[in-house]
Amino acid sequence: MAAQTQRLEVTLDTQLESVDLAENIVTRVAEAAGFGEDDVHKVGMAVREGVINAYNYGNCQDKKKKILLAVEFEPEQMVVHVIDEGCGFQLNDVEDPLADENLLRTSGRGIFLMRAFMDDLVVRRGPAGGTDLVLSKKLPHRVSGNGRSQAE
Amino acid sequence: MSLQGTCREAGDVVVVDFGGKITLGEGSAMLRRIIRELLDKGHRKILLNLDDVDYIDSSGIGELVGAYTTVRGTGGELKLVYLTKRVRDILQITRLYMVFDVQADEAAALTSFR
Repeated sequence: MAAQTQRLEVTLDTQLESVDLAENIVTRVAEAAGFGEDDVHKVGMAVREGVINAYNYGNCQDKKKKILLAVEFEPEQMVVHVIDEGCGFQLNDVEDPLADENLLRTSGRGIFLMRAFMDDLVVRRGPAGGTDLVLSKKLPHRVSGNGRSQAE
Repeated sequence: MSLQGTCREAGDVVVVDFGGKITLGEGSAMLRRIIRELLDKGHRKILLNLDDVDYIDSSGIGELVGAYTTVRGTGGELKLVYLTKRVRDILQITRLYMVFDVQADEAAALTSFR
């Protein structure tokens, strides 16, 4: 039997409070999925950075626009989408915050932190033309009754 | 918990005891406001005690960098002490740990100011 993908979707307003709300939702979901405390923190923070990106740069703080947060569980990984209604951007256009000349910049670290805290980050065009940030993290493994390790 | 900041003077150094989160919104704004007020009052030696700061995001990191460059721009010094593991980890992966003057403890920090 093919494994089903479970999906949770929340539509968020473009407002500051949505940043905390998204982090809280994903943190709870990650806890329920069995991630350890450190990974729960990392997933929550990565999603926080994704929603900050959507709030500030995607939707440009335009309250008429929405941010879609979606969490999917595939057999081996948790996948989070943060989709805005902006104009999109290319990862190649993002400057390296670790470069000497960028170290004292006061912004530009969000994408770097998402990459650091998740296993994979993909930036693609969303269904309505905005950015779809796709953040993935491998599910924690447990040892089953037969001694084999399996994803929860 | 949003960010709380309490200032106390130790000689000619102002120590700011922070607690809570330095994040987008109130936390970052609070940090900026405190630094601006201290500079307006003529303080140039500032020690940020981050012992009770358990969370910082990219906005908070940017605000710390802004505080550092602003204070340095006035000829002053800004140092950090008592970083929690999470704040230390973030500063390390962003290479900012080598930028900030991070002191081992308050006594060492106070004597390190010129």
